[in-house]
Amino acid sequence: MNGERTMSEISGEISSETMGGEWLIRGARIAGGPVTDIHIAGGLIARTGTDLSAPGARVIDAAGLIALPGLVDLHTHLREPGREDAETVETGTRAAALGGYTAVHAMANTEPVADTAGVVEQVWRLGQQAGLCDVRPVGAVTVGQQGKQLAELGAMADSAARVRVFSDDGNCVADPLLMRRALEYVKAFDGLIAQHAQEPRLTEGAQLNEGEVASKLGLAGWPAAAEEAIIARDCLLAAHVGSRLHVCHVSTAGSVEILRWAKSKGWQVTAEVTPHHLLLTDDLATGYDPVFKVNPPLRTQADVAALRAALADGTIDCVATDHAPHPVEAKETEWAAAANGMTGLETALRVVQLAMVDSGLLDWAGVADRMSVRPAAIGRVPDHGQPLQAGGGAPANLVLYDPAAGPEAVDPATHASKSRNSPFAGMALPGKVHATFLRGTATVLDGKVTR
Amino acid sequence: MSRHLISAGDLSRDEAVLILDTSAELASAAGRPIRKLPTLRGLTVVNLFFEDSTRTRTSFEAAAKRLSADVINFSARGSSVAKGESLKDTALTLEAMGADAVVVRHGASGAAHRLAEWVTGSVINAGDGTHEHPTQALLDAFTIRQRLTVPGGASAAEPGQVLDQRGAGLDGVRVTIVGDVLHSRVARSNVLLLSTLGAEVTVVAPPTLMPYAVDTWPCKVSYDFDAELPKSDVVMMLRVQQERMSAAYFPSVREYRRRYGLDAGRMALLPGHAIVMHPGPMNRGVEIAAEVADSPRSTIVAQVSNGVIVRMAVLYLLLGGAAATA
Repeated sequence: MNGERTMSEISGEISSETMGGEWLIRGARIAGGPVTDIHIAGGLIARTGTDLSAPGARVIDAAGLIALPGLVDLHTHLREPGREDAETVETGTRAAALGGYTAVHAMANTEPVADTAGVVEQVWRLGQQAGLCDVRPVGAVTVGQQGKQLAELGAMADSAARVRVFSDDGNCVADPLLMRRALEYVKAFDGLIAQHAQEPRLTEGAQLNEGEVASKLGLAGWPAAAEEAIIARDCLLAAHVGSRLHVCHVSTAGSVEILRWAKSKGWQVTAEVTPHHLLLTDDLATGYDPVFKVNPPLRTQADVAALRAALADGTIDCVATDHAPHPVEAKETEWAAAANGMTGLETALRVVQLAMVDSGLLDWAGVADRMSVRPAAIGRVPDHGQPLQAGGGAPANLVLYDPAAGPEAVDPATHASKSRNSPFAGMALPGKVHATFLRGTATVLDGKVTR
Repeated sequence: MSRHLISAGDLSRDEAVLILDTSAELASAAGRPIRKLPTLRGLTVVNLFFEDSTRTRTSFEAAAKRLSADVINFSARGSSVAKGESLKDTALTLEAMGADAVVVRHGASGAAHRLAEWVTGSVINAGDGTHEHPTQALLDAFTIRQRLTVPGGASAAEPGQVLDQRGAGLDGVRVTIVGDVLHSRVARSNVLLLSTLGAEVTVVAPPTLMPYAVDTWPCKVSYDFDAELPKSDVVMMLRVQQERMSAAYFPSVREYRRRYGLDAGRMALLPGHAIVMHPGPMNRGVEIAAEVADSPRSTIVAQVSNGVIVRMAVLYLLLGGAAATA
């Protein structure tokens, strides 16, 4: 074993030791498959196979670990520019790397809104500087996310940020004509409209899923139909104009039925589900703790079951975190005054293990597909989401994950995110991200960011 | 008894009956020459009102003063709250002032619940958004028991008759709650408390003003007021806010009154012993006609005076232990 060192020896060394170079990952199970060695060199996956030797390469003993292609998030709020008190690109991408992500899409609802080439290029450049994770800015669909006038989508697409995903997330593009035009317009550059499906009139003042719990708590209801009505409308529009629609954070059983129908027609409709909607339900609001306040709201157990089944059968294409950091004061309030949103980057894979893998609904190949391959394809993210089994030549973006670790209670105080609003605080989740590689560079080793 | 009173649903039947029995004792004491009891001397009760409600605030103030507590009225208007201070900081301020009990009225559902996490004193919910108003339900239950019941079932007391009602619930009393159930904290607390005490509660409203999943509540549901009237021992009218009309909950005040207003004609459909209640403030001519509000069946004035008595009982039971050890 001359020249080879264990991971624990390597971790904690200075960054130059972890940047690039050669790595030999011994005995990982690629997407849960047979035990395989992975040789990384020059930022690429040089070889995969058994009993590989690579003199001079640093060795990671990955016995018992799962290797997945680096995770890709279609829905992250990095808050910069404007709300650096909640998160920055630097802290958000640290959190992403710790969660096993190698690419994240930064949502457009910053201050100022990412509705011009200038802002998306700024976010993109901040991501480059942080260097922990590829940051793909999402452009706003309308100027200021106001739903009145199309933003310069083409300029954002042509910018250095190469924007392909457009969303007014936080707001719904409610005007049907504007939505139709946006869907049509982005066809020119293979763009995608990611819709926050929420009929605004049906959700005025809405606080929690309209159901038994909200009625009891006296909180204004957010009816499932307000999501489903927009999804149905937008599927029809996308089909009519032959464009690509992506539905953000699907939260209801009824939405799943509409998506299943749209897909059966062969329409170009994709959808995401968040980790929290795969695990949590509206009864958690009973204590009025706004850490459970999110938009769309937590729904019922029946919705959770339908979302899990849809992710398993592919009706829902992918998991997206909707990581939404907020400072303490935005949540230490009465329910109605609190901000919507939950952090999620650092817990997503563990939640998916609990909700999907340990429950027998999805295998690790399925996790690789739903958390990396498909979101990368939907977002047209180059270099990401390539199955590791493909072998030589692909960029070495991967995560090593220990599904046997834990379960351990989530402690938001230990998170790299600037914010602490994790709904999983105190909840015992299985698994642990051991290492993350971005183009052959270790961003995380032994569960710690390398710099 | 719990340290706080936040939801009527938190009260067991025994606890609710204890509050009513204690209220009855205080009511008899209130008739004696010495109207002020020394029970809570040295304790501080803060009335923390984020919404204007002179009637509820003064009711709590009178209750605390009759128990010899020191009362601080903290109104949101003109205070630091109006300048953006958070509920939590307000709570910590009151805590630092040594509040033994905080009576809170707030426009957000759950505000009392949140407040209870930030203060060590007792929290009494005096109305939180569209959630609950438990002391209103307690005073309503006390009024119903006073007027209608003897142990073992509903019957009308003769005027002036004094019944020994100690230990009694409201078993078998048929209570019909009418109006904007969806937005009513009074309705939520009453459904929970009255059903706990054994009453048979029916809520009546246009379907637009009925909460989603109301069928899971411990009450019956009806859209037909006229059909319920002959079966009611108690009719409780809820205030309907006219701005609901602009949100399409109902077409017009005139139509609302026609279908769900209690006028003299509808009152005539009630059994002879039945009473009419209203938590106030009333919209005369909308949900309740003047001749109904002013009729002998109306308990509206008694509800106000019972409010002070019941709030004394709540303060006494929540803080009495603290006073004994002070």
